[in-house]
Amino acid sequence: MISPARTDLTVADNVPFSQPGEPGFFALMLENPGWVSWLPGQFVMLRPHGWGSELTWARPFSISRVTPQGLVLFYQVVGRGTSRIAKLVSGDKVTIWGPLGTGFAVEPARPTLLLAGGIGIAPFYGYADRHPSPEHLSMLFGHRQISDCYPMDSLSQIIDVEHFRERTPADIPVFQDMIRARMKACRSKDGLALACGPMPFLRMIWEYALEIGLRTQLSLEQRMACGVGACLGCVTRTSMHWADAEKAGLPVQTCTSGPVFWAEDIDLKAGA
Amino acid sequence: MDMEVKLHPAGHDGVRPLSLKNPVMTASGTFGCGAEFMPYGNIARLGGIVVKGLSLRAREGNPLPRIAETPSGMLNAVGLQNDGVEAFIRHRLPALPWQDVPVIANIYASCAEDFGELAGILSAEDGVAAVEVNISCPNVREGGVLFGQDPVMAAKVTGAVKRRAGTKPVIVKLSPNVTDITVIARAAEDAGADMLACINTVTGMAVDLERRVPLLANIVGGLSGPAIKPVGLRCVWQVSRAVKIPVIGMGGISSARDVLEYILVGAHAVQVGTASFSDPAATFRIVDELPGLCRRLGIERLDDLRGALKV
Ligand SMILES: Cc1cc2nc3c(=O)[nH]c(=O)nc-3n(C[C@H](O)[C@H](O)[C@H](O)COP(=O)(O)O)c2cc1C
Ligand code: FES
Repeated sequence: MISPARTDLTVADNVPFSQPGEPGFFALMLENPGWVSWLPGQFVMLRPHGWGSELTWARPFSISRVTPQGLVLFYQVVGRGTSRIAKLVSGDKVTIWGPLGTGFAVEPARPTLLLAGGIGIAPFYGYADRHPSPEHLSMLFGHRQISDCYPMDSLSQIIDVEHFRERTPADIPVFQDMIRARMKACRSKDGLALACGPMPFLRMIWEYALEIGLRTQLSLEQRMACGVGACLGCVTRTSMHWADAEKAGLPVQTCTSGPVFWAEDIDLKAGA
Repeated sequence: MDMEVKLHPAGHDGVRPLSLKNPVMTASGTFGCGAEFMPYGNIARLGGIVVKGLSLRAREGNPLPRIAETPSGMLNAVGLQNDGVEAFIRHRLPALPWQDVPVIANIYASCAEDFGELAGILSAEDGVAAVEVNISCPNVREGGVLFGQDPVMAAKVTGAVKRRAGTKPVIVKLSPNVTDITVIARAAEDAGADMLACINTVTGMAVDLERRVPLLANIVGGLSGPAIKPVGLRCVWQVSRAVKIPVIGMGGISSARDVLEYILVGAHAVQVGTASFSDPAATFRIVDELPGLCRRLGIERLDDLRGALKV
């Protein structure tokens, strides 16, 4: 296990990707936290120093990349916290703690299908960077905004990315069929699938994974207050396959037992 | 400066004093079982560690969403999810440095007998320094009335716990959701409580206007964080003047200054809760800052400050 650390970091840059008028997508660049190691799929909790007591919680972000220059977090403005984070400028200070949680499996020789929904693409930058044989990676990326909103260049140079843009709700079944077809093809090559995105997207992939019998990992998003397993706000129900028999079928913390889970280890049925 | 605090009510001779290196403990339900915070500081440096509420049997807790952020605070309706007292004793307690820092077991039950049984099991453990009784929960046997809102039931639970706790001090944790908190405080004291702690969370709710839904699946929850500090100070002020036993204060503490404010209104020690979510190192930082702040304010002994509010 990688031990997390709490660090105060300086913002190097905070770059918007979207055009004015579109939902905000940003890359937040922080100075390098000096971690000994980290795994793609892991996340950090981030809280700007300027928040005072008004916003109580830090916010969880997937780690997109760690380069010698720094830590990169790719995020979308979705609420009060992220709209304030979008206003951070170079020189501002933030507190982060991480790397937290579990990472994605890396199986170099195995065809690996990356399923990204919207901002769920964030952890796959680091995954592709660090993968020893990126020629085995392919991605299906579903998004609502034009692809300019996402920093695609660096990914498309290393791996095959297939886009699907959802313009109206009528497009959803088309995308679902596409996901299912790609997952089936991956199964026939004895591959591995990794998914990150909003909950309805993940629930659908979870169902397909069990039905098709494809080895699949899902990175779950939950409301999080602490990120360290203490508040019990972020739980996910395990299935009977859960390795610790005492916890099988019971809620476990997504922030410490996840966010990356094997599909067969959890129960995402609505209301479970 | 000496930060040590000894909590020992006069006349409670059969009970071991609760000795703290400093007055800053962690609040139940906000610090896990302690180990969760080891990467962020040396937990043996804290005044004490109050672990997540324990029940006789494992509890699944409430459906999600269970937590919601509110201005300067948060709501929770976790529903006391825990692995049960046996799992705590087997897996969690041995991993804690209980020889160096008092570990306090917070307990929860739905009838007085179960409270007594929990106290019996936990007080037999060397690693448990004291038992903290969460009476902010419904009594299922007697129509779901909250133990903490009825002086007779609060006394009944306190008595049941005291009878089984042996030489371990019993802390009764009060709810602010009552008309007169001093009535419950006196009832617990008369029933033998060695110390009181207050406050637990303040009942509240939050809604999403666009979607017309509550932000918690449970609809209502408990408010905590800086937003409730004035309520906590008021309760500690009233309770500490109404009883003779020591009072542990909490509610919205996030700085050394907040700690001293609680001591000024009458607290012997304090607990830090929601602040650990804003920053996992919050309690460690508060412990570090306390001596310096005392020096700056000319406070030589915490005893001199305790209850010294000029009114
Ligand atoms: C997520 C959460 C879980 C809690 N669980 C418990 C619990 O199990 N037992 C208990 O007595 N108090 C529990 N509390 C109440 C706290 O111990 C404390 O009394 C309250 O939060 C006020 O302090 P604060 O404002 O510093 O958080 C919980 C609070 C929160 C926020
Ligand atoms: S975010 Fe607090 S337990 Fe997971």
